[in-house]
Amino acid sequence: MAEGHSAVVTPMSEGASGENYLTTGKGPLSWLFTLDHKRISVMYMVAIVSSFLFGGMFALLVRTEMLTPGATIMTADTFNKMFTLHGVVMVFLFIIPGIPAALGNFVLPLMLGAKDVALPRLNLLGFWCWLTGATVCMVSIVVGAVDTGWTFYTPYSTTTGTAVAGMTLGALILGFSSILTGLNFIVTIHTMRPEGMSWFKMPIFLWSLYSTAIVQVLATPILGVTVLLLIAERTLGVGIFDPALGGDPVLYQHFFWFYAHPAVFIMILPAMGIISELVSVFSGKHIFGYRFIAWSSVAVAVFSFLGWGHHMFTSGQSPLVNVIFSALVFGVGIPSALMVFNWLATMYKGAISLAAPMLYVLAFLFLFSIGGLSGLFLGALSTNIHLHDTYFAVAHFHYLMFGGTVIAFLGGLHYWWPKMFGRMYSEFWARISAALIFVGFNLTFFTLFVMGSHGMPRRYYNYLEVFKPYQQASTVGSYLLGMGFMIMAYYLAQSLLKGEKAPENPWGGATLEWATASPPISRNFEHEMVGLDPYDINALELSSDSGGYVRKDPSSILLNQAGGE
Amino acid sequence: MMAAMHSTDHNPDLADHFDTLDQQRQSSRLGMWLFLVAEILFFGGLFCVYVIYRVNHPDVFTFGHRFLDKNLGTLNTLVLICSSLTMVLAVRAAQLRQRMTLILMLVLSFVFAGTFLGVQYVEYSHQRQNALLVASQQAPDTDVPAEVQFEEAVSASVEGAPDGALPEAPMVEAVDPDVSMIAPAAAGPAGLATAADSMAAEAERNVVDVGPANAKTFFSIYFLMTGLHGFQVLLGMIAMLWLLKLTFQGAFGGGYSIKVGNTALYWHMAVVIWICLFLLMYLID
Repeated sequence: MAEGHSAVVTPMSEGASGENYLTTGKGPLSWLFTLDHKRISVMYMVAIVSSFLFGGMFALLVRTEMLTPGATIMTADTFNKMFTLHGVVMVFLFIIPGIPAALGNFVLPLMLGAKDVALPRLNLLGFWCWLTGATVCMVSIVVGAVDTGWTFYTPYSTTTGTAVAGMTLGALILGFSSILTGLNFIVTIHTMRPEGMSWFKMPIFLWSLYSTAIVQVLATPILGVTVLLLIAERTLGVGIFDPALGGDPVLYQHFFWFYAHPAVFIMILPAMGIISELVSVFSGKHIFGYRFIAWSSVAVAVFSFLGWGHHMFTSGQSPLVNVIFSALVFGVGIPSALMVFNWLATMYKGAISLAAPMLYVLAFLFLFSIGGLSGLFLGALSTNIHLHDTYFAVAHFHYLMFGGTVIAFLGGLHYWWPKMFGRMYSEFWARISAALIFVGFNLTFFTLFVMGSHGMPRRYYNYLEVFKPYQQASTVGSYLLGMGFMIMAYYLAQSLLKGEKAPENPWGGATLEWATASPPISRNFEHEMVGLDPYDINALELSSDSGGYVRKDPSSILLNQAGGE
Repeated sequence: MMAAMHSTDHNPDLADHFDTLDQQRQSSRLGMWLFLVAEILFFGGLFCVYVIYRVNHPDVFTFGHRFLDKNLGTLNTLVLICSSLTMVLAVRAAQLRQRMTLILMLVLSFVFAGTFLGVQYVEYSHQRQNALLVASQQAPDTDVPAEVQFEEAVSASVEGAPDGALPEAPMVEAVDPDVSMIAPAAAGPAGLATAADSMAAEAERNVVDVGPANAKTFFSIYFLMTGLHGFQVLLGMIAMLWLLKLTFQGAFGGGYSIKVGNTALYWHMAVVIWICLFLLMYLID
């Protein structure tokens, strides 16, 4: 552990010597055993981006198979495995840890002016859980893959010969990683806020991470129980979900969605937080309706626990229950729409800068709105009967998960990239890539809306001739998406190797992470910070010599008793 | 541990990234409470399974719980309550910096916890045999028409057919000399009871009664829930050993005892969950 401690303990003098968190401590062990939230965040980043690459390859294989009806490049059994692996990898390995563990871990203590998260060892334990869970999942993919769909519905999941037990065990371990991240964030936000930062002076991103964390801590244990019961059912024949033994397969669906429905909000809530940060900075305006957005984050978290039944409208549950769930699911639209209106109002009459992060904000607003509004068709009982398990549902959640979460993640990545690695990227290629991703995404998934409303069922290996033009357009779109990401990989790699050095504050953000070096020193700040209004953009001005923004009154964010502990 | 490397200008108990001991204490305490909330939800899922299965199949539970040894269960409950007391005393000793008392109380708690697991081991070996017995008596190849009929009735009612009258007709038909294995009246559902009363009573009663369909699920649920609880107890014992090691290394001398306090919190939760399990599994009547 010695290397790990050194990362936290030594940096007293590093500011002067030009050291930063990336350069203090060398070798893989100094990373694997670090307690520094920034290093853990970078490890998460590498891990989840690799997962995204994996999941994306599965997706491209699925889309390629759909180029023609019948067999194109794989058998039907392989196809089942491919879409399942795409779902499992993307959901459990990439998108759930994505924003909180990779970006949130980096930014949260910095935004609080703190040296680290409150419980650094749990943070590292969470990453190890992720690694263990991911390893178990990868081993299961090699030994037998899974062909149940990412939802692992019984009775098929208890009878199929594929490696369901291994894969769900992996999901269980990944769940602990998620719980530990959430727990850490709640504690950190409660106890580590700097002087002057009351709850309603926190950056919105922290509100959304806080709400996310609550959902992580409260919902993820249910995933644990669910997969544990599933594993017990498969290996010991317990029979909770088996009608032949007095059990009930729909009970599995209730258990699963009691986690997986809130999990949707584990994915989208932090994305909303990122958008709130970016929209204010790149519109050069104070965020509009701060309190509404903050409370909406909490409201979304609360509603997230009440909507699980809407995944089972066609499972034969009671009509009364269906009506109640339908109403509750509509309820979540209220805080979500409130946030969208607030973001638009923030942009209104702003000095909008179309830098790459802002392009992702605009893409988010567009795609998230389509994703959210299409959700109303699925939440309404009568239309749901027709659209259930069609491409329409697939398109809907991809507009939210990809068009919402991934796009916001990319926006956040581009926004905080200079802070994380101290380098700028090529703005030109970043815009090209963002445009390609936007066009590719819509081509891939809007066609699915059309096919779904015409009755094309999801997860089918074959399709009618009439769907062929749409299927092929969608596949071409997915290739465009892939190209967009390849360009991104290229210019980000180039930025790491020989990018221009980033100033402290390239965008003019007023939150505290921009008040320290890029990349930050190991202990984050040279001085103790105070919390001011995080959206007071006017407190900053462009400095001609550094190329970045500086505070007009630099001492305003420093705690007066300098050097005091 | 992290703080130990930094002892030159800091309180040795204070980690580098905190400003005050109080802030650090609050963080640890809140973290533990959140962990316990997650744990409650985890067990909550299992209790939910218990409730649903019991509401759907009360006979399985009234039948199954009679196999459990109430004396051992009571003994274990008492042992855990004592360990809870010794953990509280350990917290007090740590706060008052009474090193010997702290060691004594931690050792006592560890011994109580170990006793619990020992008794549990004895109970498990009994229940494993019972479960195997029940399962083998109910194996599908045993030729018991009444059982088959009953299962069909159950699955029919699961699929939404009106239950109630349905099982009765086949039950009456099914009564033949070798239905001696049907559950006795007290344990069976209404349909079975009439059948058992009329015929099975005078048949060979010395054969073990196998109870209602799926009686073995009681044991599955029992093992699942108490097994996870046992795992929790095991983790608690590891935590106690860790505290003992820290105490021998001279920790808690400064009266900063949040690690003892948090372990105690965790331990009380383990005890509370056991008490719930004891009530739900052993004391069904």
